[in-house]
Amino acid sequence: MAEKLTIGKALNAGLRRALEHDPKVLVMGEDVGKLGGVFRITDGLQKDFGEDRVIDTPLAESGIIGTAIGLAIRGYRPVCEIQFDGFVYPAYDQIVSQVAKMHFRSQGKVKVPMVIRIPFGGGIGAVEHHSESPEAYFAHTAGLKVVACSSPQDAYTMIQQAIASDDPIVFLEPKRRYHEKGEVDLDATYPLHASRRLRPGTDATVLAYGPMVRTALDAATAAEQDGRDLEVFDLRTLSPLDLEPVYESVRRTGRCVVVHEAPSNVGLGAEIAARITERCFYSLEAPVLRVTGFDTPYPAARLEEDYLPDLDRVLDAVDRTFGW
Amino acid sequence: MAKGDRGAPARGTEVAGEPVPDFVQLLTPDGERIDKSVGADGVEYTVDFTDEEYRGLYRDLVVIRRLDTEATALQRQGELGIWASLLGQEAAQVGSGRALRPQDMAFPTYREHGVLYCRGIDPIMPLSLFRGVDLGAWDPAEFKVNMYTIVIGAQTLHATGYAMGITKDGKVGGDDGEAVLCYFGDGATSQGDVNEAFIWSSVFHAPIVFFCQNNQYAISEPIEKQTRIPLYRRADGFGFPGLRVDGNDVLATYAVTRAALDNARHGQGPTLIEAYTYRMGAHTTTDDPTRYRVASEVEEWQAKDPIARVRAFVEKQQIAGADFFAEVDEQAKQEALHLRERVLAMPDPHPLTLFDHVYPNGSPVVDAQRERFAEYLDSFEGSAH
Repeated sequence: MAEKLTIGKALNAGLRRALEHDPKVLVMGEDVGKLGGVFRITDGLQKDFGEDRVIDTPLAESGIIGTAIGLAIRGYRPVCEIQFDGFVYPAYDQIVSQVAKMHFRSQGKVKVPMVIRIPFGGGIGAVEHHSESPEAYFAHTAGLKVVACSSPQDAYTMIQQAIASDDPIVFLEPKRRYHEKGEVDLDATYPLHASRRLRPGTDATVLAYGPMVRTALDAATAAEQDGRDLEVFDLRTLSPLDLEPVYESVRRTGRCVVVHEAPSNVGLGAEIAARITERCFYSLEAPVLRVTGFDTPYPAARLEEDYLPDLDRVLDAVDRTFGW
Repeated sequence: MAKGDRGAPARGTEVAGEPVPDFVQLLTPDGERIDKSVGADGVEYTVDFTDEEYRGLYRDLVVIRRLDTEATALQRQGELGIWASLLGQEAAQVGSGRALRPQDMAFPTYREHGVLYCRGIDPIMPLSLFRGVDLGAWDPAEFKVNMYTIVIGAQTLHATGYAMGITKDGKVGGDDGEAVLCYFGDGATSQGDVNEAFIWSSVFHAPIVFFCQNNQYAISEPIEKQTRIPLYRRADGFGFPGLRVDGNDVLATYAVTRAALDNARHGQGPTLIEAYTYRMGAHTTTDDPTRYRVASEVEEWQAKDPIARVRAFVEKQQIAGADFFAEVDEQAKQEALHLRERVLAMPDPHPLTLFDHVYPNGSPVVDAQRERFAEYLDSFEGSAH
């Protein structure tokens, strides 16, 4: 069965199905109940599943994650919404020191099957703290898994897979793409922690995730006019990374460009470049290049188009790999 | 057993015209039994223990102190990396630990060795943590005591969430209801997480008792660095009752904790108990308390020792005689000896176990690192690994 849904509606449908499927699943966060969340991702869920399962919490992010840990110890499967990327930091200690370590510390006796949903990235003309890309902080932390969806299909499927997983998962949602529509197969099954080749190509490999997947695909379309055939991957899982298919690709193309909105310094791109260099050293025609946000704080909205990687910056990087 | 008569006056109110007593006390430092004591919550507290129960409490206190002394000695001899002594806080821990009913859940800090003992957890388990063999060995579900939490105050939110889960499971409202006992110290009350836990538990009317052992110091910082009002009065601002108990009085601590837990399990929401006590030793074995407190203060508290007063009472009431005291001392000695032997025999973990349990579902990245590290270890000639 297939439906045409936006990413936002697909997340809503996925959450609904998870709530129906398992009575232990809870949705909790600021404004997720009556309002349905500031992005309406949880729209209508409290009405249908009650205040006991779709919980409007006090306005304190550490409290959301900390109490969710206790609920998880009690046997629940909390899905926590952090309203915006830049507001996750008050919960950072609970996520990094508690959620991530419980299973390890207890030698497997305590599980924290929690999903932390974070709308992330820029491009919506917002004020400060509403446009950040904090994925590297979490990907750096052992004990957490980090995934990013980029399409309605993945939004629908991955959110359910994340909820069903016993691993604690930081689930990143490309907020500026919430309204993009696509076909969703409601019965699709495929692995959660796998990268995906979205476009085959022969000349260079472009890697992206979340909101940058659309940008990378657009760049590949534009590159065709220059006679360049780009292979595009949606990484989907940021921790653990799934790079085996990428290695195979880079060994064929000899060139690789990594794209993310997050700043460059010690970001995902650096880790990916290091691993590709280790595994594909003799196939590389050029160094792995990164197209990222700059190493500045996220700028005022009138400058974000300059800050964010776009089609032309991706093509520029591809050009540079050919000019090496 | 404990009686916390929750009749008039209403919870959280003061008795009109009467001063709020400093704290609930049922046994003076001299071993004089006070029949009844009214708390800051206006409730009259007492206990009605059998002779056997009095002897049991005394035994707990002595054994726990002896095990703690042994652990401190083991640290001094290089057998533990560090030790957080509970010396002076035995009554607060035994009184509250014994007030738990079997179905209740406790969330400790890293100093609740006495509570663990009361819950039947082998004292070797916290020692494996302080020896550096593991990060916490007992099964929280089996003993209904969560793991130690080192980050100050973080566990108060876990405890609150767990208590919310009790409500969701419909396990409040009867004698078989469940409650949570959440431990933390005076320093923790300055943490955001503790204040958030107070808010959450109040808003969701969670079945939880916050048990603050005010031992007067957060490492070197005296209580004046954390608060301008008595800690128990913080509860008022969050909308639930708070009271102070003599934390060196095992009877009073038991009475108030048992009553608060029973209130929680019956659906009456949270309570904050401030157990007024004193950390007789250092913060941990790495600390030197002579740098920040004077000997006369320690002597003053020495006179309020939690064990001496129980012994004086038990002797005066002829509940136990010399044979009993000798037998308890011998038991404590034997348990400590047994503990020492097992600590010394505790093997170091295998290097490759550091890759275990990072994720419930595993990770190819961790698996690859384990494999590589195993090859590396094997590369050494005569590697026994």
